[in-house]
Parts: sequence; structure tokens; C-alpha cells
Amino acid sequence: MTTLTGKGVYGAIALGRISVFKRKDASVKRTHIDNIEAEKARLEAAKAKAAEQLQNIYSKALKEIGEANAQIFEIHMMMIEDEDYNDSISSIIETQSVNAEYAVAVTADNFEKMFASMDDAYMQARSADVKDISNRIISCLSEDNGVDEMSDEKVIICADDLAPSETVQLDKDKVLAFVTAFGSSNSHTAILARNMNIPAIIGVGEELLESVSNGEFAAVNGYTGEIFINPDEETKSCLEKKRAEDEEKKRLLQELKGKENITIDGTKVKIYANIGSVDNIGAALASDAGGIGLFRSEFLYLESNDYPSEEQQFAAYKRVLESMAGKKVIIRTLDIGADKQVDYFNLAKEENPALGYRAIRICLTRPEIFKTQLRALYRASTYGNLGIMFPMITSVSELEKILEICEEVVNQLKAEGVEISDKVELGIMIETPAAAIISDKLAPMVDFFSVGTNDLTQYTLACDRQNAAIEQFVDTHHEAILRLIEMSAKNAHDNGAWIGICGELATDTTLTETFLRMGIDELSVSPTFVLKVREAVRRCDLSEK
Amino acid sequence: MVSKVVTVVNAEGMHMRPAGMIAKAAKEHPDSEVVMKANGKEIKAKAVMQIMAAGIKKGTEVELVVSGGDEQAVLDEFVKMFEDGFGE
Repeated sequence: MTTLTGKGVYGAIALGRISVFKRKDASVKRTHIDNIEAEKARLEAAKAKAAEQLQNIYSKALKEIGEANAQIFEIHMMMIEDEDYNDSISSIIETQSVNAEYAVAVTADNFEKMFASMDDAYMQARSADVKDISNRIISCLSEDNGVDEMSDEKVIICADDLAPSETVQLDKDKVLAFVTAFGSSNSHTAILARNMNIPAIIGVGEELLESVSNGEFAAVNGYTGEIFINPDEETKSCLEKKRAEDEEKKRLLQELKGKENITIDGTKVKIYANIGSVDNIGAALASDAGGIGLFRSEFLYLESNDYPSEEQQFAAYKRVLESMAGKKVIIRTLDIGADKQVDYFNLAKEENPALGYRAIRICLTRPEIFKTQLRALYRASTYGNLGIMFPMITSVSELEKILEICEEVVNQLKAEGVEISDKVELGIMIETPAAAIISDKLAPMVDFFSVGTNDLTQYTLACDRQNAAIEQFVDTHHEAILRLIEMSAKNAHDNGAWIGICGELATDTTLTETFLRMGIDELSVSPTFVLKVREAVRRCDLSEK
Repeated sequence: MVSKVVTVVNAEGMHMRPAGMIAKAAKEHPDSEVVMKANGKEIKAKAVMQIMAAGIKKGTEVELVVSGGDEQAVLDEFVKMFEDGFGE
């Protein structure tokens, strides 16, 4: 077994035989010509033919990868017509009395270098487009269409790199995966793979083409970027299993996407997604979640070397709100401390960080950090349907202090003439036993509760989440935890608030019915679990017993 | 000759698609010469590769200069494309 690693650009698994993608040698000879006009006419004819081919590819791409991605071939057509590009070719033919193939190749080199030297990765990737159109003109000049026939079997395509037009011309029904030695995440191979939902690995390096040959068996793991050539039985069965899981996910998606979260007896529940960064929005949307039930704002702090500015935060919140287009987005304020440490906060080392200086406790003792975040949140509120959630609440007085600060921030922003949505909901995490027990006092002060079951479990059972030695004592279904959740649900509803669960327990489908019977209004889970929970909800019948 | 300064608003800057849109629009008005001045360079609007190669990023100010043909209408059309962020 040989294992090579590149960058996975689409997470999926494929097992099958390798087909090495070869293109005909595009090397060009320089030959002297006498009739410059005839050579230019030959060039024009080749360009016309190239444009016609591109028109066909464009039509094919429209169907396969959608208008946005197909547009590149329209631009390729324009590049063929580009004045500078053509002036360069013509002038080389005229001044050097050389063949059109050579003039195109030299021009292509110059333009490629121009793009490759740019400081922008996207633009660097465009040198591949120049190369692609130039090779097309050259092959039209030599009346060679340049692409090999493919075998009948579905294959894993291995190549040095694939030009956009090459990927589109491949017969998609026969491609299991793409693996390329070079290329970037902006390359069309990557885009196409994402559109086709097949694994793709790029940038494996030159050893790829030295290590593979036609017909060899391989397994591709697009999640990790690994390709296993002649995999051993263990690797094979492990990836087979993973692929079966993916299939199951796909099945769920097909059966349940767009369906309501409703039980047999007609009880409805909201299923939202938990996300940890702006990059996860796509996954949340794809999962068919009804909103974001927990957006962990920590990533803004963790990814940064200093306190993120109001503007940085505003931009991130605005993007999430806009992307969710009016669906609920609940953003949890800073939850640093305990297992999430950030250097610039200069937090002292603690004996018991889980019971220590963390989350809202930092916010209340260092209000300047808290106010910056609140300002950014309220400013972003007009871009969507925002809920703000405060973590680690243990007392009424804490919540009073928080609400005072919120009011102060709102008044200040209004005084500055900033528009704020009047529909912003405020809520708290129920993740300490204290909060659950006094939930009757807390509920009238907020719009919603969200139960953080991970911390609630750790605090209720006095079991450190990080300590593997006590794993057997962590009973997530412990009656104490369920009673605390039930108590919170009742107190929320008695006081006109709604209640959700955003901890890991929400994904536990053996508890879905229990939660629904408690009257839980919302379950927020990681995007991959949205449809699984939906399936569980649709199987429940609360009218029984 | 008419001109106006616009700012690039779309997040990705003047990458391939906007460049394509500009060049396409420029070719639809053969009587007008459209030039973009940005980053100290003068770029012909119909030269798609030049536009891409100029690497104009978000926030860059671009002076649009139109001469010949129905100058003002052509200028307005281009200004609108920039302001709309090329539909992005």
C-alpha cells in the first residue's frame, strides 16, 4: 500500500480503479513561414473553431455545473478575442515569420507569467485559463482534439492538473474521484468536484504520477486528502464503512430535505444548527436547518492575535445574518476560559478552570470587551433575525447586570443614530444546575432558554468533561439532568419564554421523544445531525400512552 | 469625454467574472472608448486580460473615462455595474 496526501477539496470517499489522465503532447515546434497572410488566416480559422468548441463546452457546462460556474467558458471565448493577446500573436507571426502554433505558445507563456506573478491566489490560478485557451487554439491549428477516450468502468482520475475545459469534457458518469498532483482550491477541478459531490484531492505533488498506473486499485479519502494505492484490507474496509455512512446521509437528505419537523400526532419542533465559524454557514444551509441555534462567537477571539475589533465582529455577524436570510440566528456571546484559552486575555492558570473565570464572568468584570461585542451584535441586528444568548448564568443579579449593559449599549447606539432591530431576542444558556433550579426567576427576564447539556451534565454530576478516567460515571441520561431540563422547560413556558437544547444531548435520538414530551421548542445540533433528528421527530407519536 | 470615479464594492474585487462583464459591455458599444484608471494604470475596458491582470481589489477607486458615442449613457451603464458589485 502506498499512501499519498494532498489537500481534500471535497469530503467524500471513493474506491475504484485508477485512470491516469494523459493529454497529447502540446509541445510546439518553431518553423519559418513565408506567407504571413496565409498563416494569419490559418490562425483565424483555428480561433473560430476554438470559439465554436467553447460554445459547445459552455452549453454542456451550463447543464452540469450551473450558470455561475459555466460562465468561465464565456470568458474563455472573450479571452480568445482579447486584443492584447491577439496583437501579441499577430506581431510574433509578422516580425519573426513563424508558424501560428509557435506564436500562440510564446504569447501564452508571457500572459501566464503575468498572472502567475500576481500576489493573489485566485489570479495565479488564472494562468491555467490562459494555458487552456492557448492549447485549444494550438490543437485546433493541428486539428487534434487532444482528449483521450475513457474506459467504460467508473474510475479515479489521476492527473498532473486538469484544465477547466478538460474537466467539463470528461464523461461525469465515469468519474469516481479526482486526484491531481498540482492545482489549487480555486481550480475548476475543485469546483466541479464540489458540484458533482465526488471526492477530490489536489496538490498531492509530483510523486502522484510516479506512483500510480492505469488499472491499479485505490481508495480516495476526500475528507483527509489521502489516496491509498493498493490499500490493505483494513484501510479498504474502514473506508467502505465510511462510504456507507455517507450513503446513509445522502439517503436521509433525499428523503427528508424540505420536510417538516413534525411528529405523527402533529407536534412541531424547530431543528436548528450549531456552528462554530462563518465558514460553517454553508453546511448549516445545506443541512436544511431552520436556523442557527448556537453560533459560537469564540472563533473570532480564538483565530485572532488580539481582541477582535467591533468592525471585525460586525462583519462576521452581518454575514451570518445575511446568509441565513431572515431565519433565526442565535449568537452566543464570548465563552472563553475553561477549555478554550486565548493568550491575549492573559488569564491566570487555574486549579479548576471549568469552575473558574470564564464566559460571562469575564464579560461582567471586563465590560469593555463585552460592550464591544454587544455593539457589533446590535449593529448587525438589522440584517436578519438575531437572538443574543449569554453563557454560564448562575444568578438573577448577573442577568440583571447583563440586561443593564445591553440597555446601555442600545441607548448609546440609538444616540449615535444607528438603526437597531426591535426584534432582537435575548436569552440565556441553562448550563449550570443553579440556573435550572431558579429558572422560574430567570424566565420572566428573557425571551428564551437554551440548555447546554454538556456543561449541565458536568456540573450536575460533578464529572470533569475532560477526564477520561471517569467516563463510566458520566451518565448523560441521568434523571437529575432530565429533571433539570424538564423544570426549566416548564418555567420557561409558564413565563412566556421558549426553550431549546443546544448541547450534544440534542443529537441523541433516543431522547428526542422525551424532550418533545417536555415541550422543548427547539433542538439545535451540528449540521450533520439535522436530518437524523428530523427523522427521529417524524417517528414520534406523543398521543401514545 | 465624460468620467466618474467609482469604488469597487464586491468582495472578490475585479476577478474573472466582473472583468468578463466589463469587456462584454465595452464590446457592445463599439463607438465609445472606455478606459479605466486604477492603481496608476490605464486599462482598456474591452481588454479582459488586462482587467484581470490589473488585480483591482475591493475598495480600490477606479476612474471610468468614456469618449465617443453616447458617452453619458455608456458611462452610466458602467457606473451602475460597479455600484451593483457586478451582481455579487
